[in-house]
Amino acid sequence: MDAFLQLTVAGLSTGMIYALVAVGFVVIYKASDVINFAQGDLLLFGTYLIFFNIVQLGLPWTVGVVITVIIAAGIGLLIERTVLRPLIGEPVISMIMVTIGLSSVLRALTNALWGPQPRAFPPFLPGGEVSIGTATVAADRLVAIPLALGLLALLALFFRYARDGIAMRAIADDQLAALSMGISIPRVFAVAWGLSAVTAAVGGMMLGNIVGVSPSIAAVGLRVFPVVILGGLDSIGGAIVGGAIIGLLEVYTGGYIGHGLNLIVPYIVLILVLMVRPYGLFGKEVIERV
Amino acid sequence: MSAMLELNNVEVLYDDVILVLRGLSLRVEQGSIAALLGSNGAGKTTTLKAISGLLDLEDGAVTDGTIQFDGEEIQGAPADQIVRKGLFQVVEGRRVFEHLTVRENLIAGAYTRRDRSELPADIEAVFDYFPRLGERRKQHAGYLSGGEQQMLAMGRALMARPRMLLLDEPSLGLAPLLVRGIFDIIQRINEEQGTTILLVEQNARLALSIADFGYVMENGRVVLEGSAEELSGNEDVREFYLGLGEVGRRSYRDVKHYRRRKRWLS
Ligand SMILES: Nc1ncnc2c1ncn2[C@@H]1O[C@H](COP(=O)(O)OP(=O)(O)O)[C@@H](O)[C@H]1O
Ligand SMILES: [Mg+2]
Repeated sequence: MDAFLQLTVAGLSTGMIYALVAVGFVVIYKASDVINFAQGDLLLFGTYLIFFNIVQLGLPWTVGVVITVIIAAGIGLLIERTVLRPLIGEPVISMIMVTIGLSSVLRALTNALWGPQPRAFPPFLPGGEVSIGTATVAADRLVAIPLALGLLALLALFFRYARDGIAMRAIADDQLAALSMGISIPRVFAVAWGLSAVTAAVGGMMLGNIVGVSPSIAAVGLRVFPVVILGGLDSIGGAIVGGAIIGLLEVYTGGYIGHGLNLIVPYIVLILVLMVRPYGLFGKEVIERV
Repeated sequence: MSAMLELNNVEVLYDDVILVLRGLSLRVEQGSIAALLGSNGAGKTTTLKAISGLLDLEDGAVTDGTIQFDGEEIQGAPADQIVRKGLFQVVEGRRVFEHLTVRENLIAGAYTRRDRSELPADIEAVFDYFPRLGERRKQHAGYLSGGEQQMLAMGRALMARPRMLLLDEPSLGLAPLLVRGIFDIIQRINEEQGTTILLVEQNARLALSIADFGYVMENGRVVLEGSAEELSGNEDVREFYLGLGEVGRRSYRDVKHYRRRKRWLS
């Protein structure tokens, strides 16, 4: 029972981080139909940035986090402006190919700046353990859950109430109609990349805190695929459920079965779900009037 | 009277090769309603998109001529700049944002507005014009009826507080009773807000009933123009667009000849 509780907390904490990163991925996809293969590398870059700020520069962690977020947003905007925007109007596939290139560049850059070896990282989430009943769970993981959920809630508010949030949903629904009311595609793309880079960096910071800083963190970029497909591409709630399912599946299979199955099971589930529900568990309903 | 909108010899190409507008000229006086009539494929939608900067999306471009809005040349300007200048197109086929609520659709319409604090009052003003929308403000637009979606498309336009509206076939696919209601509101918007309107319609009788002036397009050109009364009384218009021919059905060719001859004489 105690092991179950520990695993559940562990699964939910990584799951909510997945959800956060997945929402960033979806934001770009919805705004421009672009599948961003560099999402995991943006996350990796965020992890190393916070490492750089706190360890190499010796900044207090609060300042480090703020600076990391600002730099991440700047990188997102810069990528959109220099790499993606010139391709607006070209076939989407060329933008997708560019993100694959971007992924290699970011990875090489990270490698050149910080090397391939794992780094020790002074955690800024509360350390130690917390007792829940008879079980003890890691405090940083426990804190990560509400933290990620809070950020997801902020994003949900942005899409519901902010001018740019509504514009992004509008452009995803009908591009011509959105253009006709003066919504600017370049601006929406820029906001999407800025937001996406920030969610990736925040996910990277939290993950670095929990599992340490190393290049393998970029693999989380691949985890967003089962998450978004399970959760559907249309709601933050869907991403949360998708993230929770994948996160929990990973730790349960790892904890109870082992043998490296935790790396495969999410994808097996993904295939099963796609066979039964091609639009994911929470895919957007296609509105048909009668 | 001064022209709010003036097109001079406008030429539009799609995909660099398909010539759709072949030297189109027209003029809409400030504060008036002008009707742009013509059969399917004449180039009416293309004309509106050329004005509002929406050709880009379809690989179309204005390759010759000028488009002046309020005295300023706007051909080739990006769509968002044109909206900011106060010219707003309600695109053909309603195109509401289906997964946004009625209220969110209206907020999207106000995207270019800087005075955000006035939006709630403007939303209420739209609900005054279209009480049905007020009752359904929290519903997803995809679930509205066709008539309600057309109302929402127009409400969205009002939210931008445009000085000029381009309306592309607002009657398309709607029941006659609803159409009358929509047209009454177009007239009210014109009178109460002083909004200049260019109205594209296949239903010529309806359009001429509220318009001051009208143009008839064929093959990417204006072939006939006149005040709404003149056009309503015109033989060709009566026969082909109002279904009121007196001499029985003549062939299309004959009418063309007739028109040409008439032009020759006048
Ligand atoms: N995106 C496009 N690419 C190529 N040809 C087009 C495009 N849109 C419209 N056309 C052509 O231009 C002509 C005029 O179309 P349109 O402006 O939609 O006419 P209308 O609105 O009067 O029915 C038609 O022959 C149509 O086939
Ligand atoms: Mg048309």
